Amino acid sequence: MDDKRTAWERLQLIHTKGRPTIKDYIPQIFTDWYEMHGDRLFGDDRAIIGGLARLDGNPVTIIAEVKGRDINENKTCNFAMPHPEGYRKALRLARQAEKFHRPIICFIDTPGAFCGVAAEERGQGEAIAKNIAEFMTLRTPIVSIVLGEGGSGGALALGVCDELAMLENAEYSVLSPRGFASILWKDASREQEASEIMKITAEDMVRLGVAEAIIEEPLGGAHNDLDKISENIHEYLSQKIPEKCKKDIDVLLKERYTKFRKIGAFTE
Amino acid sequence: MFEDFFNVVKKRFNDGEEEYKPPMFKCPRCQGTSPLSKYEELHRVCPKCNYHGRLSSTERIAITVDKGSFRELNGGMKSANPLDFPDYSEKQAELRAATGLSEAVITGTATIKGSPVVIGIMDSRFMMGSMGSVVGEKITRAFEYATEKKLPVVMFTASGGARMQEGIVSLMQMAKTSGAVKLHSEAGGLYISVMTDPTTGGVTASFASLGDIIIAEPKVLIGFAGRRVIEGTIKQKLPDDFQLAEFMYAKGFVDMIVERRKLRSVLSHLLKLHGFYPKEA
Repeated sequence: MDDKRTAWERLQLIHTKGRPTIKDYIPQIFTDWYEMHGDRLFGDDRAIIGGLARLDGNPVTIIAEVKGRDINENKTCNFAMPHPEGYRKALRLARQAEKFHRPIICFIDTPGAFCGVAAEERGQGEAIAKNIAEFMTLRTPIVSIVLGEGGSGGALALGVCDELAMLENAEYSVLSPRGFASILWKDASREQEASEIMKITAEDMVRLGVAEAIIEEPLGGAHNDLDKISENIHEYLSQKIPEKCKKDIDVLLKERYTKFRKIGAFTE
Repeated sequence: MFEDFFNVVKKRFNDGEEEYKPPMFKCPRCQGTSPLSKYEELHRVCPKCNYHGRLSSTERIAITVDKGSFRELNGGMKSANPLDFPDYSEKQAELRAATGLSEAVITGTATIKGSPVVIGIMDSRFMMGSMGSVVGEKITRAFEYATEKKLPVVMFTASGGARMQEGIVSLMQMAKTSGAVKLHSEAGGLYISVMTDPTTGGVTASFASLGDIIIAEPKVLIGFAGRRVIEGTIKQKLPDDFQLAEFMYAKGFVDMIVERRKLRSVLSHLLKLHGFYPKEA
């Protein structure tokens, strides 16, 4: 583990061309993958994929934000920035998982929810709010993993879970450091300064109670060894999913609520 | 038009005299100007275009709940500085002194024409009503209290979104508040969300959008992403009515648009329709 990297260096690293995406991980970790399409309301958002697969032989539901590996893939998946129909598809598949007693594994990798006219018209805010609220009480275990970027509400829409893991170099933030600098200081070029001040690294997340686990990346980053990083993710899931499935669901839901309930810093 | 004519006549009569200039209100929606006194008299509604301007939480309480019925909950809560963000603590101290507010939301219990409610009012004067730990905690506690006491919740939202200075901790308040709303809802609780100017970002993407009934005041801004961000993405100017209450209503995300002067009465009716009658009745 290279733990000396600054937040800024990690940001560069997760934007390195060749960093594995969910499309690389699925065949490495799961079997019998069947992708399901559409939210049954409007369309099929390609920025979020979801479907069925087996983890160690057991059925699971996978919901994941998709980064492109080249410009064509990025055009299709809109640079991993979902529209409302993406979040609504996620919720549909999550409810299906609940119905058939399958655990849910969410993979987060997004700069944020898409900011555009169509997204506003179709209720981006409502779609994210609904997912956050509904995931809180879904009666099936949910484990989420941040693969690279965990940007804002667009990440949280797949981030309400029983346990959150971060890949070692992944980040999770209220807004991209660039956006943060431009809102707070009206100067987007102070991006690097923002990244250090914002506390966005995997270690920060564990310290702040946002994440429970860090999945180690191969030396130099995930792109250096796909087999190794896949193995590490697989190992984490093989341990966590059965552990969460064994728990009484009412206990699990109480713990899920408490996990988020206790985050905050104030005096009375 | 009549006003213009009147002004011309007035000007002629007053020729040569020092003209008295009353303080004016310039509407951010229609850009029209009206005497500030007129705007204040209408409880901050633009006389020209009906834009419903921003009220302080104190003013909102005064025009919404029964006189003397408001009891504040968790009033003394103050934000710590979870990221050790430079100048954040100082900025808050300054704002507390300037506004007399302890944070960007006030929560409590009250009655509306006799019907009991748990009420929350966000105040845009405190860091643009942004949601950090305190806003998240107070709103969560308000819903938890309402669940326990089987009370309805009326929440007046006004927020620029997440509190940047609290970083990821502020993002998590979206999950915390939405979770509390969900449990209140599962227990059969009624939640009326009243969107006021502006309701945006992380607040739109959490508890504001989760009301059983969503009311908006006329011409207020409601949206997820900021207008400038979207204009930057699409590289063109957005129409003036984009993200106004009427736009969100047309798109199906708001149940009704209610004028401020009728709001208390509408809330009272809705509460009674859900069985929340005054105690004596």
